[in-house]
Amino acid sequence: MKGSLASRLLIILAVLILVAIWTIPTLGLLITSFRERDVMTTSGWWSVFADPAGAGWTTANYATVLNEQTGIAIAFINSLTVTIPAVVIPILVAAFAAYGFAWMRFSGRKVLFAIIIMLLVVPIQIALIPVLKGYLALDLNGTYLAMWLAHTGFGLALATYLLHNYISELPRDILESAFIDGASHFTTFTRLILPLSVPALASFAIFQFLWVWNDLLVAQTFLGTQKEVAVITSALLNLIGTRAEAWHLLTAGAFVSMVLPLAGRAPGSGEAEGRFIEG
Amino acid sequence: MVANSDAREPHRPAFVSLIVTSVARTAASVFVPLIAFAGLWQGFLFLRDTDAPRPIVAGIAIVWGVGGVALLYVVANWVVERFPRQWRDRVLPFVFVGPAVVILFAYLLIPTILTLVLSFQDGASKNFVGAENYIFAVTNPSMIEAIRNNVLWLAVGTGGSVSLGLLMAILADRVPFERLAKVLIFLPMAISFVGAGVIWRFVYAYRPAGEEQIGLINAILGALGIAPQGLLQLQFWNNFLLIAILIWAQTGFAMVILSAALKGVPAELLEAARIDGASEVKVFQKVVIPSIRGSIITVSTTIAILTLKIYDIVTTMTNGNFGTEVIATLQFKQSFTFFDYGKGAALAIILLVAVMPVIWYNLRRFRGQEGFR
Amino acid sequence: MRRIVMAIATAAIVVAACTGAATPQPTGGPTVGPGESPTPVPTEASLVGTKVEVFGAFRGDEGIRFEESFKAFEDATGVDVLYSGSDQFETLVNTRAEAGNPPDIAAFPQPGGMRRLAAEGFLIPLPQDIIDAIDANYGPGWMETGTGDDGNVYGVFHRVNIKSLVFYPKKAFEAAGYTAPTTWDELTALAAEIKAAGSSPWCVTMESGGATGWVATDWVEDIMLRTAGPETYDKWVTHQIPFNDPSVKEAIETLGSIWLDQTQVYGGTTNILATFFGEAGTPMFDNPPKCWLLKQGSFITGFFPDAVKADLDNEVGSFAFPSVDPQFGTPALGGGDQFVMFSDRPEVRAFLAYLTTGASGSTWAAAGGALFPHKDQDLGAYASALDRAAAEQLLAADSFRFDGSDLMPAAVGAGTFWKGMVDYVSGTKDLDTVLDEIEASWP
Repeated sequence: MKGSLASRLLIILAVLILVAIWTIPTLGLLITSFRERDVMTTSGWWSVFADPAGAGWTTANYATVLNEQTGIAIAFINSLTVTIPAVVIPILVAAFAAYGFAWMRFSGRKVLFAIIIMLLVVPIQIALIPVLKGYLALDLNGTYLAMWLAHTGFGLALATYLLHNYISELPRDILESAFIDGASHFTTFTRLILPLSVPALASFAIFQFLWVWNDLLVAQTFLGTQKEVAVITSALLNLIGTRAEAWHLLTAGAFVSMVLPLAGRAPGSGEAEGRFIEG
Repeated sequence: MVANSDAREPHRPAFVSLIVTSVARTAASVFVPLIAFAGLWQGFLFLRDTDAPRPIVAGIAIVWGVGGVALLYVVANWVVERFPRQWRDRVLPFVFVGPAVVILFAYLLIPTILTLVLSFQDGASKNFVGAENYIFAVTNPSMIEAIRNNVLWLAVGTGGSVSLGLLMAILADRVPFERLAKVLIFLPMAISFVGAGVIWRFVYAYRPAGEEQIGLINAILGALGIAPQGLLQLQFWNNFLLIAILIWAQTGFAMVILSAALKGVPAELLEAARIDGASEVKVFQKVVIPSIRGSIITVSTTIAILTLKIYDIVTTMTNGNFGTEVIATLQFKQSFTFFDYGKGAALAIILLVAVMPVIWYNLRRFRGQEGFR
Repeated sequence: MRRIVMAIATAAIVVAACTGAATPQPTGGPTVGPGESPTPVPTEASLVGTKVEVFGAFRGDEGIRFEESFKAFEDATGVDVLYSGSDQFETLVNTRAEAGNPPDIAAFPQPGGMRRLAAEGFLIPLPQDIIDAIDANYGPGWMETGTGDDGNVYGVFHRVNIKSLVFYPKKAFEAAGYTAPTTWDELTALAAEIKAAGSSPWCVTMESGGATGWVATDWVEDIMLRTAGPETYDKWVTHQIPFNDPSVKEAIETLGSIWLDQTQVYGGTTNILATFFGEAGTPMFDNPPKCWLLKQGSFITGFFPDAVKADLDNEVGSFAFPSVDPQFGTPALGGGDQFVMFSDRPEVRAFLAYLTTGASGSTWAAAGGALFPHKDQDLGAYASALDRAAAEQLLAADSFRFDGSDLMPAAVGAGTFWKGMVDYVSGTKDLDTVLDEIEASWP
């Protein structure tokens, strides 16, 4: 790296400040989640540093959230079952489509692509009634397939758009040499393009994962509201009561539901970034 | 093999070929997903009704679903590759884009068209009322406020997220704790919206003067000797406090994509520019920015569309009170609180039209690219 | 007459069965449909193993309490009742109804939702025997609120709340020698006394996320009932008088004389607008209290600090929001979820019939945090004196009216009325502008 020691220190300082601003609100919630309900609303979370003994520490919020009665364990499994395919399927479908739009010639290419970008702005709520009607006609309601296809449908526009922009910017000569060697589109795509696109696939996977993981409306519409099929967001929102009487449980709940996304994020990002550095 | 061979005309009369390829295209993009769907469907009906332990059902379902979809592409490709060459060339693209197009049409385009119809009907979707809903939408006193705020969200939210994301992508590269810094900036993306709402309550909370502040900003103001403020009630400026939440959540997204793009800028290019004596700023302007231009546009488009749709932050924090209304909150109130589907639909269509410039800009780039046959 | 007798008999049997009394043949409930001739009483066997799906807006602890409350019904009839709640209730119930997949029973917190789905033909009118049971066992107002625009009765109320309550910190209140007022003048005098002692009389906060505004509209409605009377109130919510009528303006100005006066309300208007409604009571239990009077619904006790909730009857007192104009007495304003039928099956009817009985609320009353409108309820079942007093007030009120903003079209009641009150309290708009805008928005 270029630059004097002073400018390097300045950069480190700038990064530290930004990271602090980004992290402090979450840190505040983390501390709050270990405090009693009554002190949450009467003293700032930072007061625990001045007076750690009188901070009203408790693990009761976590205990309540993780209590068997809340069904959080079932909700975890439900959320995983919904989320994994609801991430993998749209990526697969979108990657094929992205390759098709980027590197294949066919009539209607521009129009179809324009429609896909336009669909980015469509709020999914307008689709709930028509899709539910379709599911009822097919007796598909209440199945995981219904959920995956719905999340695929709602996430596909963004996936296709993001992956297309990435795949279309891969160097043309890589593909040319593959075709000269006699490779078909399918082998070029699976052997060459997919591995090269891992960073883009991983980025989209993260977004789709978080969106599906945190979704409530789609799950409650197509899977139902019963406890056995509740996803983690439903389980948490049920916990806090009709008028949010127990809103303080959300402090702990937010971190409980975050554990998995974070665990998935760290290795995923390392791999993606690693590949980039190599490439 | 490379696509430049439009001269390779089929030998058959054009219309026969056209019909055959059309049928095959339709088959590839419609029947193949349908057959796969039928298979998957039967499997899931079985899974739904079975009494096996839930984790096992879940495991089988995941393998069945993901494997089934992957298999679908392999089979479709295998079939199409056995077609005569000129058919294959025409049909194969639809094996690739067909399923995506069919799914998007079913889940989003058809509902959008239905919404367009609804927007010309009354609240209960019974009678056609012409442009009445659109007239209501544009003459509604809240609409001007909503449009102004959406412009703020679009400019400040997109600009803030993308520039801070770019800044972090550049700076994080030069510090010893790059991974940790990036993870922490990205962290807000992993927080559910429900959690984020609570987090920001503890930032913006207000307590009357004389009481201990529990909101971070008012505590800081207090330390500086400034009286506590009802932050979310400060007309006009409160919009920026809401936009800050979006920037907080989306900077990580911009950073990840832009950081990946930055690492892809060829080192030789940078070296060459530096040897030519260009300053770091010039290198950035003339080499780095053009190389990551595509990624900047991608990120900006995604976040811009997000800001146009922005809804949940506003609803949870202020419900559009105190001058913070946006188009999507108006739309959601009409459709899902007042159950006036007509007015809600008209507002949804207005949002769709508002995004046209973004689409147009993206398509301009799209046209420059040439495909292979 | 015969039907009424039968209905009451059926209800009595269910009650007996549920309260554990020995009955030879507990039956599931109603036997007569609208306009039908009496059919044979369904035997227990005919309902065993059947399922009823109930969907509502209340969840969490309230959902669990509700499930406990129909356990007796399930045991007596063999019907499996599946309740689930969601905070997306309104959206989901509409989506499911429109798509053709409604639950068997839905519990609407707002009559407007019921009336809209009834008008679209999704709901089934209650059978006559259940209507008779409502007639016999509920005070005035509940049947009317459960009636659709076509004149048919659709809704059965079960757990309800009363909003015309003022809570105070009992220990400090008594130590200071204050007494609960029964008239508006006494209330004003009490407020002046508290002010003179150097404190704020009122605790008011109204922030409620996507529902911000209801605290203010509840106040306006309660004042309207007391200044303009129930009849004018009815005309107001049904738009027979315009929203900018002088009577409405007077009610809101009365609210303004308290809310907008920085010396009357702790923290002033900024605190009213910025703070979560559930935290209004927190400063009331400081020592000494920072404010003394909290007018809220009976459900607010659930939000009090844990230390207070642990000893509710000794820490908290309440009195009825006092009368203003003696000719209208002390009316009560309340709300509640009404249960409606989407499908007409014997077990669905049986469940709704069960909800009309006072016994159906006893376990929930014992658990606390709920009131019931049934005349035959056992007031001794309430765990806390506070709840019992509220239930007594509900039954004894000079007149009862349902939450008016829930009765108005949602575009007003959950739209411009809420927003207009926020604008008025924040001082963004003057009252006349607010009233004219709400009037113009009435669909």
